[in-house]
Amino acid sequence: MTVTEDLVSYEDALAAFDPVMGLEVHVELGTKTKMFCGCSTELGAPPNSQTCPTCLGLPGSLPVVNAVGVESAVKIGLALNCEIAEWCRFARKNYFYPDMPKNFQTSQYDEPIAFNGYLDVDVEGETFRVEIERAHMEEDTGKSTHVGGATGRIHGAQHSLLDYNRAGIPLIEIVTKPIVGAGAKAPEVAKAYVAELRELIKALGVSEARMEMGQMRCDVNLSLRPIGREKFGTRSETKNVNSLRSVERAVRFEIQRHAAVLGGGGTIVQETRHFHEEDGSTTSGRIKEEAEDYRYFPEPDLVPVAPAREWVEELRATLPELPRVRRQRLQAEWGISDHEMQSVLNAGAIDPIVATIDAGAPADQARKWWMGELARRANESGTELSALPITAAQVARVCALVAEGTLNDKLARQVIEAVLLGEGDPDQVVEQRGLAIVSDDSALGAAVDEAIAANPGVADKIRDGKVAAAGALVGAVMKATRGQADAARARELILERLGVQG
Amino acid sequence: MPGITREEVAHLGRLSRLELKVEELDHFAAQLDEIIGAVARVSEVAGEDVPPTSHPLPLTNVMRPDTVRPSLTPEQALSCAPAQEQQRFKVPQILGED
Repeated sequence: MTVTEDLVSYEDALAAFDPVMGLEVHVELGTKTKMFCGCSTELGAPPNSQTCPTCLGLPGSLPVVNAVGVESAVKIGLALNCEIAEWCRFARKNYFYPDMPKNFQTSQYDEPIAFNGYLDVDVEGETFRVEIERAHMEEDTGKSTHVGGATGRIHGAQHSLLDYNRAGIPLIEIVTKPIVGAGAKAPEVAKAYVAELRELIKALGVSEARMEMGQMRCDVNLSLRPIGREKFGTRSETKNVNSLRSVERAVRFEIQRHAAVLGGGGTIVQETRHFHEEDGSTTSGRIKEEAEDYRYFPEPDLVPVAPAREWVEELRATLPELPRVRRQRLQAEWGISDHEMQSVLNAGAIDPIVATIDAGAPADQARKWWMGELARRANESGTELSALPITAAQVARVCALVAEGTLNDKLARQVIEAVLLGEGDPDQVVEQRGLAIVSDDSALGAAVDEAIAANPGVADKIRDGKVAAAGALVGAVMKATRGQADAARARELILERLGVQG
Repeated sequence: MPGITREEVAHLGRLSRLELKVEELDHFAAQLDEIIGAVARVSEVAGEDVPPTSHPLPLTNVMRPDTVRPSLTPEQALSCAPAQEQQRFKVPQILGED
């Protein structure tokens, strides 16, 4: 069904045109109840079991705004360096579509609660400031299932089924100002912005911002202008681009598509477009309605929100250290390169590493285990690092056991494996599996004697002063003890037995 | 006086998904014109010092705590639905094939 679009190469597109982007991100807040009524927001409930007269839009019902919803909006605004409105109202956005049973979405129009901010993002070692136009409060829509069409899509469906559990869940929509000057880095800047915003939202604790769960969704506006021209071109709006990788791909695709249309003497139609996860393409959707078609007007059922300045300042004082600042601090503390820090970030390892350090492990050891053995295992099982069944305290204990000489790295890996298999805490595993290093001379001595007896040639070399050859005998001892020998002590014993000075 | 054109009525009809007959367009255009004209008289008496009012009461910040309250049962929620299927509201085809 995907219509093949003409594309020009990315390089050719960038040689002739300058991309301008606008990103609209919707964040579903993690409140217990909906934005304007007390219905639960718990996921996974049976269809239409979390609705009430207010979110169903029944006559006579009255909405009342969720205090935590407003507080979250102010926090997001402050974290994005926005001004917070002294007084603002909700507005009705009227449209005829069954995903909202009220026939309008309660939103904000010309009086957003937060406006004029910015978010700094890092792209390949360069800082890029993305300016924020506004962040406003609104509500999510219901979930439609289209029945009868060949592909389960809206086109060709015979009828649709609506579940309104999601209708009314608090959303914050964050809109950037036009992002100019990113040039060829536009796709990376878009991705970095959404990633940074996600980290910020998580740090604020206002939402888990899990894109794969639809808790954070991105619309990508893109236009091209010939290089050197001031005036923006006509934009397209690609809806529901719901992963970081997809944001990057959607921007790239639209740059190549626009360039092909414009380069061929055509014009871009202002329309919404659908993004296709399978191949990273976009296809035409509906022609965008004009704002006036939504017939916005102030919501008469909700009174204005006027955040007191003292309250705003109180909230500002509770803001956590922001993710980018925290990353810079940790990178300096850990003494690692930009590239290494980026790997830690990409692996989702920052929080586990910090927790492990807090549990007493040295930073380099915490980093080594999370970025090495544990990252490998998370990768193998396709889970996130933070979802592995091992706690920071357990990893810290493994580090301590290595530091005190009870475990070497090889044994430590076995302990970690056992902890992941649910065999208990590191100390229990060491006990049960008998994994501690053997450094006790009587136990080691036998293995050393055997190794010398089995390798008389090597032993002679060592007696002749080739001390480096001892490594081969240490290897034999390690093998005989299945890796549990204290290698340093084994070497000492070997040299002692053969009468050589180390 | 602003004049409401039949094109504007037709556009409003489309947005509201109302099927209007040709003769209704003129009929409603005249009626809507009259209604808007009547309402517009308010702005004639309101001076510069009278801001547009969206709320008659001088209230702000009426909020509720984030505490769950019982919802309707799915049966209650669906009781007025003209059609339902799989415990969901059933609505006609939304978009035609295109």
